Amino acid sequence: MAFSIYDLTAFNQSIHEALVQNLSPFWALIVEMTIIGLVFLLFYAIVGLFLVYAERKICGFIQNRVGPNRVGPYGIFQTIADFIKLLMKELIYIKNADKFLFNLAPFIVIIASFMAIAAIPFGLGLHAIDFNIGVLYVMAVSSLGVIGILLAGWSSNNKYSLIGAMRSGAQIVSYELSIGLSLVTIVILSGSMQLSTIVEQQRNCWFIFSGHIPAFIAFVIFLIASTAETNRGPFDLAEAESELTAGFHTEYSGIKFAFFFLAEYMNMFIVASMAATLFWGGWMPFHIPGLTSFNHVMDFIPPFFWYMGKTMVVIFLMMWFKWTFPRLRIDQLLKLEWKFLLPINLFNIVLMALVVLMGWHL
Amino acid sequence: MTGNQIMFILFSLMIIVFSVLTVTSRKILRAATFLLFVLVATSALYFMLNYQFLAAVQLTLYAGGIVVLIIFSILLTSHIGEKFESPALLKKVYAGIAVVAGTVLVITTILSYTFQNNNSVPRSVDMTTIGTDLMSYGDNGYALPFEVISILLLAAMIAAIVVAKKIKTK
Repeated sequence: MAFSIYDLTAFNQSIHEALVQNLSPFWALIVEMTIIGLVFLLFYAIVGLFLVYAERKICGFIQNRVGPNRVGPYGIFQTIADFIKLLMKELIYIKNADKFLFNLAPFIVIIASFMAIAAIPFGLGLHAIDFNIGVLYVMAVSSLGVIGILLAGWSSNNKYSLIGAMRSGAQIVSYELSIGLSLVTIVILSGSMQLSTIVEQQRNCWFIFSGHIPAFIAFVIFLIASTAETNRGPFDLAEAESELTAGFHTEYSGIKFAFFFLAEYMNMFIVASMAATLFWGGWMPFHIPGLTSFNHVMDFIPPFFWYMGKTMVVIFLMMWFKWTFPRLRIDQLLKLEWKFLLPINLFNIVLMALVVLMGWHL
Repeated sequence: MTGNQIMFILFSLMIIVFSVLTVTSRKILRAATFLLFVLVATSALYFMLNYQFLAAVQLTLYAGGIVVLIIFSILLTSHIGEKFESPALLKKVYAGIAVVAGTVLVITTILSYTFQNNNSVPRSVDMTTIGTDLMSYGDNGYALPFEVISILLLAAMIAAIVVAKKIKTK
């Protein structure tokens, strides 16, 4: 049976049928869930290692350096070597910490990002769970990660950690509003919260083009707010090295630190893929209505590559921000959210509603 | 036993165990964390019922909103070494009696109720239905409760501003 890389639904269906024929429905479900879990674990490892390498290379490029260049050609094995080193490090025992919460915190952070990535459409048929409230679900589970950060900061029994956690909490709670409202703008345009429907509606024209002005404003706000939400520079006050050593994860070492590190990069990946899905059509190829032959050429690139390409462009933008802009102060950060982004966002929602009602969208 | 039953038992056990731990833990931040687990397990039950909207709202509002606020205020006020004192014996006895009486009452009520087997097809509640029902004032409409809650929230917000406002001293 031939499978096409353009539509993996048939491939998934054949696996499902083979499992159902040989096992009881209960065990078939368990096996399917295990396979999906393993695929995601592998994906996490590969993407995490790649993003750390990409960040160091881009940082080097922006700062006029070479970046990692010793381990393997162009230093591509550097992050693997670093990761092995990180796994072998001692887990330092902290005497006056609340051990239960201290050990729990990294897991809350990483589980929240695992739950969020499950709902993201990677391609036609590459979609673990397709909720009819997909956008709301991703928002809901990604808001759980902050609890891990707050617990980590408090249970370390360290002033720097606590200040870092407080900053991070204030930042994430306020920027979540902007993320939510900019996503609502796109939900108004689409009329659906189901991520597969949203991608399907962008077959002819991506939302950033069809929603033109309000969609573009929403995209810029989403980009700013999601950079803040993932605690990345210029909004990385939670771990400002010059003031707080490392913020909430100062006391963590070895694999527990690696969890925070991986979760940070994966959260960046998740918000970038949300931006790609909601504004740039997810795995949909770039189509211009009317140009049939051009659209046909674009269709030859498989959906997964379209998706990864768009996500990587957004990630590159976020890395560019980090290495270009200086870090904000906490009062500037909160002023930016409450005095600028939030009012603009509320106005933008009204504008989008007007555009949709009058039929001015493409 | 089907997979659904196993999951239900798992989540119910989580809810029961962590609820008890929430009230018996003598470290306040741990109690808040156990409360978080209870709320997340409750939303898992909603997911099992295929009511994804309510589950997501439960996660955003309770787990992501209220628990974060509780933890935030604990972070500002409490120190790591602090522990609640164990309550007096008499209080424990009274609380125990109240708990047992409540449990018996609830269990007898549930057991005496005859549950009807519902064979209707599970339907997914889509966003449009929720939106129109929330705003409509006909049958199944929630416009009045929605407005009443909005006024309550507005009043609470104004009250918070008044409480937090600095009083001008002459």
